[in-house]
Amino acid sequence: MTSIGTGYDLQNSVFSPDGRNFQVEYAVKAVENGGTAVGIRCKDGVVLALEKLITSKLLKPEANKRIATVDRNIGVVSSGLLPDGRHFVSRARDEAADWRRLWKGPIPTATLANRMGSYVQAYTLYSSVRPFGITAIVGGWDSEADVPVDGEVGSGPKVGSGGKKEGAHGGPYLYMIEPSGLYWGYYGAATGKGRQIAKSELEKLNLSEGNLSLEEGVKEAARIIYVAHDDNKDKEFELEMTWISSVDGPTKGRHEEVPKEIREEAEKLAKKALEGDDDEDDEEKMEE
Amino acid sequence: MINTGMLGEDGIHVDMNHLKKGEVNLGTSIMAINFRDGVILGADSRTTTGAYIANRVTDKLTQVHDTIWCCRSGSAADTQAVADIVHYHLGLYGITNDEPPTTQTAAAIFQELCYDNKDQLSAGMIIAGYDHRHGGQVYSIPLGGSLHKQPYAIGGSGSTYIYGYCDANWKEDMTEEEGVNFVKGALQEAIKWDGSSGGVIRMVVLTAKGAQRHLYLPDQDYKGPGTK
Amino acid sequence: MNHLPQAWGRPRDDVYGAYDQSHFQMGGPNQHTQSPIVTGTSVVAAKFKDGIVIAADNLASYGSLARFTDVKRLRKFNDQVVVGFGGDVSDMQYLDRLLNSLDIRENYGSDGTPLNAKNLHTYLSKVMYKRRSDFNPLWNHLLIAGLDGEDKPFLASADLLGTTFSAPTLATGFGAHLAQPILRRSIPDEAAVPNVSREEAVLLVKEAMKVLFYRDARSMDKYSIAVVTKDGVELKQDEKLESQSWAFAEGIRGYGTQVN
Repeated sequence: MTSIGTGYDLQNSVFSPDGRNFQVEYAVKAVENGGTAVGIRCKDGVVLALEKLITSKLLKPEANKRIATVDRNIGVVSSGLLPDGRHFVSRARDEAADWRRLWKGPIPTATLANRMGSYVQAYTLYSSVRPFGITAIVGGWDSEADVPVDGEVGSGPKVGSGGKKEGAHGGPYLYMIEPSGLYWGYYGAATGKGRQIAKSELEKLNLSEGNLSLEEGVKEAARIIYVAHDDNKDKEFELEMTWISSVDGPTKGRHEEVPKEIREEAEKLAKKALEGDDDEDDEEKMEE
Repeated sequence: MINTGMLGEDGIHVDMNHLKKGEVNLGTSIMAINFRDGVILGADSRTTTGAYIANRVTDKLTQVHDTIWCCRSGSAADTQAVADIVHYHLGLYGITNDEPPTTQTAAAIFQELCYDNKDQLSAGMIIAGYDHRHGGQVYSIPLGGSLHKQPYAIGGSGSTYIYGYCDANWKEDMTEEEGVNFVKGALQEAIKWDGSSGGVIRMVVLTAKGAQRHLYLPDQDYKGPGTK
Repeated sequence: MNHLPQAWGRPRDDVYGAYDQSHFQMGGPNQHTQSPIVTGTSVVAAKFKDGIVIAADNLASYGSLARFTDVKRLRKFNDQVVVGFGGDVSDMQYLDRLLNSLDIRENYGSDGTPLNAKNLHTYLSKVMYKRRSDFNPLWNHLLIAGLDGEDKPFLASADLLGTTFSAPTLATGFGAHLAQPILRRSIPDEAAVPNVSREEAVLLVKEAMKVLFYRDARSMDKYSIAVVTKDGVELKQDEKLESQSWAFAEGIRGYGTQVN
């Protein structure tokens, strides 16, 4: 942002003469100070990763999780103001529960993203509220299997439903929602402090080709968080990582924390990759 | 006064409960089946007020979305109201979600309405539909508002006479012609034995190609006119 | 003419005399005139030394009509709890969805201990009691089977009135009359439980299901059976009753003195 608000930044629902909503732009600033968050849409699942900056040595390691579950099959991670992220998640859970009450099945990830986009956007319209100080990454797996109506009993014909069209249904979904309410579907998404580095790393993965597996995705996500971390400015962080696989994958279509062993393995590889970048000379020396 | 659900002999004393509950009754024979390419719904066409046939050419097969239909039994007013509400919800769903609702979506809404309002409704519904995701599906929602997924479903007062016929003649993966004959054969028996069922046989065939109506008339021995 | 809505569609007063308004009662207390429509019959369960066996048949009756023959009435809640439902099927489905939403909320946090059978029984009994206090009961009788907080076998019931009961063997509906005495013969009290093996308990419950099939006119011979232990839930939903005894019918002739 080059100019300052000159009075047009004091109220949310007021445009500046050149068509900007300064309150939203300031909210983006809040996001840019948050720890890096990354989401990767793999061919058989979605990975969410977060650089959780340690704000106090008095906080218990690995406690205070920041990536949240919505319904069973959707994960939300955000950068920016933590309480805003909490409220966002709370609303997302309500939306998912309301959907389930009415339609008796899980909410499609795309629908949730749409509704949350609308919700966030509404906070840019009124003078009585401020915009969300977060950018949220929403990842989910919509079941590729036939899901029964909640509570139904009985079964159809043993040979299966007649006239069923072959073809893929469900699959991985990834969205990123910004303070303005703008949201897009992504192959790979990054936000927070290290987003520039993270995005360029994500681009190198050629995610649009759809070849990256979930297991590789976990390693890449861990590596990207480590690469994007700024050692000089922020000393310590914890890597928090969750994933959602296909129904026949490791999480059976649910959003879960990446198991500790797999995460630590990914972290080990990430650190190794970093060392490889920095000290290629050292390695040669050691090999003599 | 005897609880016939009709006007008293003096034409004055009307029992409210019965006016509401039994006045226009779809004492009915309805059914829906799965077959190779989708589903078939079928129904008789008799609506009665006690022993009087209020309508002899009723259409009990009701569209709630392009290829999601239902068979109605019980109170005509109640089932029409429920079908109208579901029709509204599914229309809205199709627009707001940019994709058509599935049969399950319809069944979920039907069930919610029938369960939450079970005190005030007498509605026995069969929901059958075709969607590209799941193919054909048949759901039954009997009086209390429970939801049952079934290979085929029968309902209404006439259905009690054809449990044996249907169980003995049911096959999975029938062709369209076999399916139509199964439904027709079953409904003919129901019409024959149930005084509250009668008139013509209406059918709707739901497949990837859409919805097609059939009609079979008693004065043509239920042989035609079919789809013409 | 009377234009009040109450008079719409009614015989005209000036022609037929005043309408008997007692037939038309608006307002007054809310009445939930519900009664079960589509129903499941008994659920039976028994403790054994390291778990619980629970069973229920797959029939949903419509009065005396055996209308739905593929209704699974045992619901696995998680790896240590199974709930068995007797009574109204639509209310069973409501409870199923309620438990579903409870499970979703319970799993928002990745850590923490899962709800055990004791927790779930407390929860469900409060739901049942709340509904009966609203004069709108859930028309079910539930058995909650699984493990308590100390991994010990837990078995208790909750009914449509919110009544709760716990015993080493339990049965709902017809089973309370027919199966319970049979179960008690082998497992009379809590002290007997440590001496009962899993195999014995399964056999006992299957025997109870057989007697119920013989004598309960709202039962069928296809059933579901679950065993809950520390190792998890083993749920089978398409079992058929085996080794029935009917051949003795051959020796039954007439109804008293007849011999041929």
